[in-house]
Amino acid sequence: MNLFGFGRKKHPPATAQTAKDRLQILLAHERSSSGSAEADYLPMLQRDIVAAIRKHVPIGDKDVDVRMERGDNMSSLEINIDLPAVKAN
Amino acid sequence: MTTEPKTNPPLGRVIVITSGKGGVGKTTSSAAISAALAKKGFRTVVIDFDVGLRNLDMTMGCERRVVFDFINVIQGDAKLKQALIKDKRVDTLSILPTSQTRDKDALTKEGVEKVLTELKADFDYIVCDSPAGIEHGAQMAMYFADEAVVVTNPEVSSVRDSDRVLGLLSSQTKRAETQGAEPIKAQVLITRYDQERVDRGEMMTVDDVLEILAVPLLGVVPESKAILKASNVGTPVTLDGPSAASQAYNDAVSRLTGTQVEMRIQGERRPGLFQRLFGRAS
Repeated sequence: MNLFGFGRKKHPPATAQTAKDRLQILLAHERSSSGSAEADYLPMLQRDIVAAIRKHVPIGDKDVDVRMERGDNMSSLEINIDLPAVKAN
Repeated sequence: MTTEPKTNPPLGRVIVITSGKGGVGKTTSSAAISAALAKKGFRTVVIDFDVGLRNLDMTMGCERRVVFDFINVIQGDAKLKQALIKDKRVDTLSILPTSQTRDKDALTKEGVEKVLTELKADFDYIVCDSPAGIEHGAQMAMYFADEAVVVTNPEVSSVRDSDRVLGLLSSQTKRAETQGAEPIKAQVLITRYDQERVDRGEMMTVDDVLEILAVPLLGVVPESKAILKASNVGTPVTLDGPSAASQAYNDAVSRLTGTQVEMRIQGERRPGLFQRLFGRAS
């Protein structure tokens, strides 16, 4: 805005394109999971990981954190496991 | 525009107006489309499937004439003829209101089918106004449809839900389950379109929405003050004097009935500089 309140307005970034891009990424994923609202294998995966690790290390149910980040070309799965502190013998 | 002679055997075509998301204009569109169909001479009935949240009656302006409803007919407490309300403005138009007190489980597949079959013997178009969501009521509204109008706003949540509904139309309906049946003809009706905001890059364009949903376009209804004005007085916008919205619905209905109409996107007339400077005319 300049002195008289009109003239060259600064153009805000066009958000319509962002909306379209977000939708395309999301729907590509939702359609591939064939109608089911969301791939709900993450909780099962988390349970399996806990079970596998427990065979070797005593950990609790809450010690594994599974996150999924979906991208355009690539999705990443991040798994964080809190191992119990190793006690000095 | 040709007016169909009423002596023809009825077409008996079932059209569901659906969307997934609420508040995008399903009931407004159901009222406008059914009134426009009837005005063209087609024997038309519009059914409210939103059990418990009856609103089509108000939009159509017949809320004080409801005696029996869709659920009464399904449960055998009333005859279909008793529940149908004849519109006072267009004699080829009827309304089948829903129950305000029962819940959606009263809609059984068998019951809905029985009523639709009976209506098909008398009407050219049976317009089913779906409730929002994708649960039982919405499923019953779409199950027996021959065609679907998916009402979509150019906005992320509405487009996402429309995509979901399109998935259901092609999998959870009678036509989808019947081997060899032609799939439901689904078309998208974009409502609340604001050309000015599209021009500024603030709103997705018609092409953006179509590219994402990948279904044919039935029409584009501009954001219009005429819609609220019409619903205030209980008149379908297509019976309420000329407006950009009414024009858009009439065009959509022409396409629905097989007439080629050029796609024109009108906004409401914007005030010119003169009007903006010297007060509000109209």
